[in-house]
Amino acid sequence: MEVCGTHTTVIAKSGIKNLLTNYLELRSGPGCPVCVTDQSDIDRIIELARMPNTIIASFGDMVRVPGTYSSLELERARGAHVKIFYSPHEAVTFAGKYSDMKIIFLGVGFETTAPAIALSIAEAEQQRIKNYSVLSVHKLVPPVMKALLNDPELHIDGFILPGHVCTITGRKAFDFIASKYNIPAVIAGFEPADILQAIYLLLQQMVDEKAETINGYTRLVHEDGNIKAKEIIGKYFEPIDAYWRGFGLIPESGLKLKTVYSDYDADERFPVKVPESLPPEGCSCGEVLRGKLTPGECPLFASICTPSEPVGPCMVSTEGACAAYYNYSD
Amino acid sequence: MPGKVVEINEQEKWAIIECFGIQNKVYTPLIEEDIVLGDYLMVHAGYAIGKIDIEEAHNLSLLKKHPKNLENPLHSWRYAGHIPQ
Ligand code: SF4
Repeated sequence: MEVCGTHTTVIAKSGIKNLLTNYLELRSGPGCPVCVTDQSDIDRIIELARMPNTIIASFGDMVRVPGTYSSLELERARGAHVKIFYSPHEAVTFAGKYSDMKIIFLGVGFETTAPAIALSIAEAEQQRIKNYSVLSVHKLVPPVMKALLNDPELHIDGFILPGHVCTITGRKAFDFIASKYNIPAVIAGFEPADILQAIYLLLQQMVDEKAETINGYTRLVHEDGNIKAKEIIGKYFEPIDAYWRGFGLIPESGLKLKTVYSDYDADERFPVKVPESLPPEGCSCGEVLRGKLTPGECPLFASICTPSEPVGPCMVSTEGACAAYYNYSD
Repeated sequence: MPGKVVEINEQEKWAIIECFGIQNKVYTPLIEEDIVLGDYLMVHAGYAIGKIDIEEAHNLSLLKKHPKNLENPLHSWRYAGHIPQ
């Protein structure tokens, strides 16, 4: 299983998936941050977008994800302000210019995104910008790996680990996969050759009947990761139990802003009422994210659900497994 | 996205990186090591998250280190990525 949406896309786009079809099965897992965002969080975001004098600031993929009753795209058509930023840093600068508006940045992502969001809060503090806040729905990868490994229905032979998450966490953070669960794991970069190397090293471990967490992305990933990034995450955030699409509540798998930073916490500042959240009817994103189904096994795949008319987030996001399979598979 | 450093501002903690001829300003407070012109940085959400070890980037060293790969066709696979010479 590859646990990174970018890996899923590279595997499909490069032809590796088709090449290996008769030899081994590559399953995509919960590696797309947009896709694992719980439906209730999507609905909360939509309620925030409906508040007056509010601008929802986001990375691009969130805009088209359908919530239970609406999407940011629909809300924008109805007059809500939704603005795409390449970096949260830009959103802070923007907030400084539009002090009469509430700028809410959607903190969607894994360990890789959290330091950038934390630094944007540091910057807002420094510049005394009061109208900037973050809705943190960040997710942490090691806890979801444990959820996968503890699932008795799943029989995964090896993991391709997310290179950029590991740049922050370091290799050691994933040692437990091999040491506790005896499953081989390899950290991989994002070139097709990186993926092939990871597959080769996984197979070699299986042949040798051993399990290690190997760093196959040594040009960027170190044993302990990026210490500064980990420090800044620890300064601003604390782990909380978080809901993941398809998994439910996973202990200590999310990041919430610490109480001292509650002035920057959109969840604390703007407590909106969220209607009951229901996943899209017929959508199998939950099963796809847990590796129980491949996208093609969803009855809606490529018929009712396509990238231009997506039913679930896995077809919306560029890192989503359904979009990758739709765009690049035979 | 990785990019080559073409300008540095140490005081304000940013750098200009170039990737496929396109230049971008990225922030560098997360990088502990010194950054010099010509270094390659990996960027996420506008912030550099790590410095790329160029020696390692030019080959998939792990494969080469493995003795069994001497008979393996993958042995000759060279890094064919985005990092220009
Ligand atoms: S094909 Fe569409 S409906 Fe089915 S799992 Fe993927 S995103 Fe959900």
